[in-house]
Amino acid sequence: MKLDLAQLRALLAGDRQADRVVPPSGYTAQLTLFAAGAMAFLAVFALALSLAAGRLAERWGAELAHTATLRIVAPADQRAEQTAAALAVLETTPGVAEARALTDAEQAALLAPWFGADLPLDTLPVPRLIETKTESGFDPTGLSLRLAAEVPGAVLDDHGRWRAPLVSAASRLRVLGWVVALLIVAAVAAMVTLAANAALAANAQVIAVLRLVGATDSYIANAFVRRFTLRALSGSAVGVIVGLLAVWLMPTGSADAPGLLTGIGFRGAGWLVPLMVPLVAGLVALLATNTAARRALGGLT
Amino acid sequence: MATIWLNARAEKRELPKRAAGNQIETRLMLGHNRGKNEGTGVIELENVAYSYGGGELLSDISVKLAPGSFHFLTGPSGAGKTTLLKLCYGALLPTAGHVRLFEADVRGLNRDDVALIRRRIGVVHQDVQFLDHLPVADNIALPLTVSGRHAEAGGSDLNELMGWVGLQDRAAALPPELSGGERQRAALARAVIMSPEVVLADEPTGNVDWDMSQRLLTLLVELNRMGKTVLIATHDLSLIRAAKAQVQARVLRIANRRVQLAGADL
Repeated sequence: MKLDLAQLRALLAGDRQADRVVPPSGYTAQLTLFAAGAMAFLAVFALALSLAAGRLAERWGAELAHTATLRIVAPADQRAEQTAAALAVLETTPGVAEARALTDAEQAALLAPWFGADLPLDTLPVPRLIETKTESGFDPTGLSLRLAAEVPGAVLDDHGRWRAPLVSAASRLRVLGWVVALLIVAAVAAMVTLAANAALAANAQVIAVLRLVGATDSYIANAFVRRFTLRALSGSAVGVIVGLLAVWLMPTGSADAPGLLTGIGFRGAGWLVPLMVPLVAGLVALLATNTAARRALGGLT
Repeated sequence: MATIWLNARAEKRELPKRAAGNQIETRLMLGHNRGKNEGTGVIELENVAYSYGGGELLSDISVKLAPGSFHFLTGPSGAGKTTLLKLCYGALLPTAGHVRLFEADVRGLNRDDVALIRRRIGVVHQDVQFLDHLPVADNIALPLTVSGRHAEAGGSDLNELMGWVGLQDRAAALPPELSGGERQRAALARAVIMSPEVVLADEPTGNVDWDMSQRLLTLLVELNRMGKTVLIATHDLSLIRAAKAQVQARVLRIANRRVQLAGADL
């Protein structure tokens, strides 16, 4: 008894009379609905986390991939001279779109979180920073060699050392979110299979009567499959709606806030992704119940 | 348009015409017609044996139920009457030999084939099982429902069938509210609503008093007069004697795992 197209069509079309042959099971029905709803709620959050992590990985990758920082570590009397030399080198370096030395005020602002706003920058051996925007064709290794020869106090940092683990972590977080969503789907399948097996066992007499009067396995299975599919579908639809509301109500940071927690949520077409959850839950319930019913009916005469 | 019970009543001794919408059903029906012409039975057991739990319950059984015949199957409790009946509608497979239902060997039938064959064989068990959450009328119409012909069961045909078994006033009752006799009559109505060619009854009078058993017997005899093949498993010899006064019945007795034709002592 495979789930062929004819059976699927009969399943979707519904059969009020066939649905009546299986007695209502209020208690287990409520449990199935609740479990499907709770799973869908969790799935929405897993998807939101995954999509947010994906966005973060892309943003970090994009923003940091096209920047580099040049640090001029030189005695105070040579710092301006070496900074000018480095800027000259950068102007003639292929792949460098823009290079600009940070002002004292900008450097003080960068250090303010650690040393306070009143830092006497001119009395400290703070290196001068040159912010560089790069484009395709940029060769950090070649630039480092050239700087070593022409500006001995310059140190190039293309951010690759600390950008790579951040992007990797964000990417793995995205994968983890999808794994969690898949585990939730598997849990839905397990839950529906258990509930369907319980229903089939509890209705052994009903099945025996139906077999006796000439019901085919498809007819009997459909009566159960339809019931569990609708429960999973409706329960998970409610769970998704509640989950989306919860995500929508979560506080968000400003547009340039880099935090992951304040970025959890859906953007644009991403809001459509959780709408797939009830459909997936329904499909999983359909396949799980059909498999359970096929196994149960196969053992009967 | 498919035929149901009332049409079969009108046909009188003719096997019911059947819808040929299903290929398997058509094939089986053709087999049945061939069987009639060649003198074969609607149900045939040939050298059948059935073992259960390591022991042989039935051995070398050969029985042929001709169309329109009336048979009793008797024997002591535990002799294998119910087992033999189950072999006759594909609920059990023989461990040896061949069981042919409408000329189709049960070993060659898939589960859907068996389901379709059961629509041509009405079965009444001693421990009648119903869907307790559905009214009696819906239970009687269940064979029509599962075969997608529920629309035929909603009207006067069902009412007349319920009147035939004396349950016209109990249509809305739930099965647990019925007495033993009412349950047996409801089971009989359910067994014949599809106008089956064969009616198999396992101790149909086991739970009812003498008057009710006579009433049930009368219904079964009436079915036979409509052309149905009837096989009744019973250990009630008085029922058999009463039946022989109304219909030409053959009596098969199971003894020592084998079936033999009973003699004049019955």
